[in-house]
Amino acid sequence: MQFDQVEKRYGAVYALRNLTFSVTEGECVAIAGRNGSGKTTLLRVAGRLVQPGRGAVSYSGCENGRPRVGFVAHATMVYDELTAEENLLFFAKLQCVENPKKRSHELLHEVGLEDRKDSLVRTFSRGMRQRVAIARALLAKPSLLLFDEPGTGLDAESSRWLTDEIRKLRDTGCTILMSLHGESEMARLATRAIRLEAGSVIADTRRGAMFQSIFAGVAG
Amino acid sequence: MALLSNAAVLLGKEVRTEFRSRELLSTTVIFVLIVVVVFSFTFDPTTNESRRFGPGLLWMAFLFAASLMLQPCFLREQVNDTLSALRLAVEDPFAIFLAKISANTLFLLLTELLLLPVFAALFNVSFGAQLPGILLTFFLGSVGISVVGTALAAISAQARMRELLLPLLLLPLLTPILVVSTEVTIRLMQPEPYVEWKGIGLMVGFDVVFLTVLWLFGEYLLEE
Repeated sequence: MQFDQVEKRYGAVYALRNLTFSVTEGECVAIAGRNGSGKTTLLRVAGRLVQPGRGAVSYSGCENGRPRVGFVAHATMVYDELTAEENLLFFAKLQCVENPKKRSHELLHEVGLEDRKDSLVRTFSRGMRQRVAIARALLAKPSLLLFDEPGTGLDAESSRWLTDEIRKLRDTGCTILMSLHGESEMARLATRAIRLEAGSVIADTRRGAMFQSIFAGVAG
Repeated sequence: MALLSNAAVLLGKEVRTEFRSRELLSTTVIFVLIVVVVFSFTFDPTTNESRRFGPGLLWMAFLFAASLMLQPCFLREQVNDTLSALRLAVEDPFAIFLAKISANTLFLLLTELLLLPVFAALFNVSFGAQLPGILLTFFLGSVGISVVGTALAAISAQARMRELLLPLLLLPLLTPILVVSTEVTIRLMQPEPYVEWKGIGLMVGFDVVFLTVLWLFGEYLLEE
């Protein structure tokens, strides 16, 4: 995935400014930065949910030049009025997933919600909703996974579970971009870290001595 | 084919969630019933008077119903940012519009069909033999209202003054189809009723033009 001089403005405010970098297949990239630094916009541009005002994002090695994207954000992107299974079946059918029922059951089992599959999502805790959200994102076996502060509002156990899930996905060779608020277990999964400030990349490093410093002073 | 199959899946979800909660239908039906009942007491109309101003009142009630019904169709997708999930999942974003238009038309038609016998009883008119013509007029009018309304609901959902914006934009844009629908309905309620095919043609034209515009430019309405 190649970001080429990407710029996005909301009114007079730059969310992204002249962003140029590339992400290679299988990389797990942590995006760090303070509130308003452009992390969410970057992920939404990467997922083609937001069109950049200038510049372009290109993808190579994908059918039709479009990767299969799985997006997990703070908002769950699932319907509260549907059950966990109905949500997964609905999104699986939309994405023309082969044997949607089987795939939904597989994922419900994987995220540990098999016994709650017939419960409405609105009756779920935040952690359980996030599990449904992850199952939804994985339905079409995406080649690009975007996590926008996925651990927000999760308790310690759910957070550990999520970290394990991301580790598994990283180890399967999925390309991952995740925005994080600060140093955490999740951040340690990353093979590369990028720090944004006012929409610009101010640091970009792979695992090594500088890695931890990317997250310094971000939290809070 | 992907467009139609995606739209069918989306329509199924819209219908399922609405019939599970009945939020929109119950509110809208109650509202339009109140409007028609209040007007019937205010005017106490004779059959001849009903034939003259009844259709206008009927379409005004449908417009009120539509403006209540259309507002939440995209707002509901914002609660958990499900619109983003839909945009990521569908191949053609027009499928989202197609499903919303179909669902809004269906719900509006249901409201209209529930209102029709109440209107006939309160305003001393009978539809009998004209029913196929009435149904065709209601269908074409509802499609027109839904196409324009769904597009405007998508625009207004992203605006700050969203509650005011939709009715403000809806009324002027719907004026042509409301005038034609009312005229066609008036002809169908005459002592010697007939279908005004010129009006029907205009309604079809309105629906096709706005549907085409939405097909061409709808994608931009969903962008953030």
